[in-house]
Amino acid sequence: MRTQPIDQVAAGLPAETKTAVYEGSKIGHEKRTKLLFDHYGDPNRLRTLAGEIKQHVVENLDTYLPAVEARLVANGAKVHWAATAEAACEAVYSILKARGAKKLVKAKTMVSEEIELADYLEKRGIEALETDLGEFIVQLDHDHPSHIIKPIIHKNRRQIAELFEKSGLGAYDDEPGMITQRARQFLRHKYLEADAGLTGANFVVAESGRLVIVTNEGNSRFCLAATRCHIALVGIEKILPRDRDLALFLNLLARSGTAQQLTVYNEFILGPRAAGQPDGPDEMHVIFVDNGRTDVLASDCREILRCIRCGACLNTCPVYRKIGGHSFPWVYSGPIGAILTPQFMGVQHEPALPFASSLCGACGEVCPVKIDIPKILLELRSDVKKADAREHKNRLEKLGFRAFAWMMTHPRIFEMAGRIGRSMGWPSGNKGPMGAWLSERDLPPLPAHSFRDLWRRR
Amino acid sequence: METPLVSRDYILHRIRTALGRGAGQAVADPPPARIRVPQVSMELRVASMLERVRALAGEAVASSDPCAVVANLIAGKTALASNAPYLAECGICGLPGVRSGITGREELREICATVDIGITSADYALADTGTLVLLSSPREARMISLLPPAHIAVVPRERILTGLDELFALLPNPAEASSSMVLITGPSRTADIEQILVRGVHGPGQLTVIVV
Ligand code: SF4
Repeated sequence: MRTQPIDQVAAGLPAETKTAVYEGSKIGHEKRTKLLFDHYGDPNRLRTLAGEIKQHVVENLDTYLPAVEARLVANGAKVHWAATAEAACEAVYSILKARGAKKLVKAKTMVSEEIELADYLEKRGIEALETDLGEFIVQLDHDHPSHIIKPIIHKNRRQIAELFEKSGLGAYDDEPGMITQRARQFLRHKYLEADAGLTGANFVVAESGRLVIVTNEGNSRFCLAATRCHIALVGIEKILPRDRDLALFLNLLARSGTAQQLTVYNEFILGPRAAGQPDGPDEMHVIFVDNGRTDVLASDCREILRCIRCGACLNTCPVYRKIGGHSFPWVYSGPIGAILTPQFMGVQHEPALPFASSLCGACGEVCPVKIDIPKILLELRSDVKKADAREHKNRLEKLGFRAFAWMMTHPRIFEMAGRIGRSMGWPSGNKGPMGAWLSERDLPPLPAHSFRDLWRRR
Repeated sequence: METPLVSRDYILHRIRTALGRGAGQAVADPPPARIRVPQVSMELRVASMLERVRALAGEAVASSDPCAVVANLIAGKTALASNAPYLAECGICGLPGVRSGITGREELREICATVDIGITSADYALADTGTLVLLSSPREARMISLLPPAHIAVVPRERILTGLDELFALLPNPAEASSSMVLITGPSRTADIEQILVRGVHGPGQLTVIVV
C-alpha cells in the first residue's frame, strides 16, 4: 500500500501517546457496547429511528431553521447567523464588544474549535478561557484537542503534572484527583469574574426553541449561572423536531459517547433568566453557524449532517486507536473526521483522509444515528480518484501543447515532424492519452504535400 | 462586514437550493417520537432511585425524618438551603448552621462560594437513572446545586417518575415552567485524564439524595 501523509504523522508519534490513545479509545468502546446491549433489547431499532428523525430534519432544514428562530426570539433570545467561520467569530466579538466584555468563559463546543474562536478573541484583547478540564489543559499547553469528546486522550498524567508545575498551578503532583482540584480552584474564580459565558448546544428543539447542553463536569452550568450574558454557537444541523425526541437522543448520546446511562448534567435552556431568578444570564444570544454545512447539504453525502458528535466511531476505529487524533489535519478526527474534513474543505484539500481507514465497517456499526460511514468513505475515495484523474489529464494536455509550441517555433523540427507525419499518418487509434484527447476532437486530414515543399518546387 | 439579515437569507437560500425546494413548501411529519412509560410501583421506583444514585457513587437514603438525616450530615459544617417550600416544611431551614431565604444575586454567590453544603429539593426524580430534575426559579437557585463541594437533595417520593420518557410525556411539559431546567445524574465527574474517574470537577463531588 502507498503510504499516506497521515501515516507519516502517525509514525512520528511517541510510543507514550500511542498507548494513551489506544487504551483510552478501547475502554470507551467496550463500555459502550455493554451498556447499549444490556439496557435495550434492540438498540439497532433505536439507532434507525434516531437516524430517520435527524435525516428528516436535515431534509427540511429550510423550514425548521426559521421555526426555531421564531421560538427563540419569542423566548427572549437574540438570533444571529454566520455563513463563515470569520462571520461567526465576528458575531461573538461584536456581542462582547457591545457589552464592554473582556473576559469570556467557554464550555466545550466543537463549533468554536472549527472557527478558531479563542485565537480570534485573544488577538482582540479578550480572554477566552476554556473550562472543560481537558480543553483547559490543551489551552494551557498551546496544544490541540485530539478527540471530539476526550480532548486530552493523547496526554498522560505525568505530562499534565509537569505542565501544571510550569504554569504555576502548584508543585508536581500527577494524581488525577489533585490535578482536577487545582483546575477547579483556578477556574472557580474565573467563572465568577467572567463577563460572558459561551457554550455550544447538543440539540435545539424546533417546537420550543429549547437549547440542550450536555456535560459531565458542570462547566457549562457555571458558564450560564455565573455570567450575565450567554452566547451559544450552534451548527445549523443541530435541530430536533420535538421535546419528546430528547428522551431517545439523550439516552443514545450518553451511552454511545461515554457509556453512561445519562450524562451528569443535561441542561434545558429556554431563554435568559426570568424576573426574580437570582442567577442566570440577562441576555442570551444564539449564533447559527453554516461554515460549510450547506455545501455538505448540497453534496451526495448529506447524511453526515445527522452526526451528534458522540465520538463512538473514534473509539471503535482501529485506525484511530493506532494513530490518534493529531494525525488528522482538522478539529474532527477518526472516521467522522475523515468524512467531515474533505467535505468541509473540499476533497482536493485533504485527499488522503478518506484513505485513512481500513474500511472494516466498525464505525458504521456503532453510530447512534446510523450514518453509513464506510459507504461515504468509499464514495469520497472515488471522488478523490476522479479529481486526481482530471488533474492528471490536464497535466498531460499542458505538456502536449508545450511540445507542440516548441515544434512550431523550430522550423527544422517542424519540417521533420511533417515528413514523419505524412509517411505514418496522424497518430490514430483510441489508445493512450492521445486517444482520449482525440475522442472529443477531429483533426483535419494531412495534405499530401507541405506548403514548404510546394514552394520549393514552384 | 455582512449584515445579519444578509447572512440569514443567504444561508436559507443556500439550504433551499441544496434541497431543491421553493420557499415555504410544507414539511412532512417527522417519524413518530419514541416514548415508553413503563408501569412501575412506587416501592420499586424508590428502590431503583436509591440503587442508581449509589451506583454513581452518590449517597442515597430513604427516610421519614429528613430533618434528622440532614442534621446528621451537617454535623458542624455550614450549609445554604434553597427557598423551596418543601425544605421549610421539613424544618430543614431551621437547623443550626443552615442559612436560607437568600434572594440577591451577589449575596447568593458569596454564600455559595463559602458554605460546605448546598441543600435543595427537586421538582422530579427519575428512578431508572437516579436523576434529579431541578427547575430554576427564585425558589430553586441553580448556584446552590453547583458551587458548594457537596449537594444534598431532599425529594418527596411522589415526585419520583419512572424515567426520562415519563418526564417528557408529562403535560404541560415541566420544562416550560422555567428558563432553565437541569437533570443531574450523579456527582460532577471527568475521565479526561487517562480515563481515570475523578469526581467534583466544577460541580459538587458529593451528592446525597434523601427520599422522603
Ligand atoms: S458519525 Fe456517528 S458515531 Fe461518529 S461521532 Fe457522529 S454520531 Fe457519533
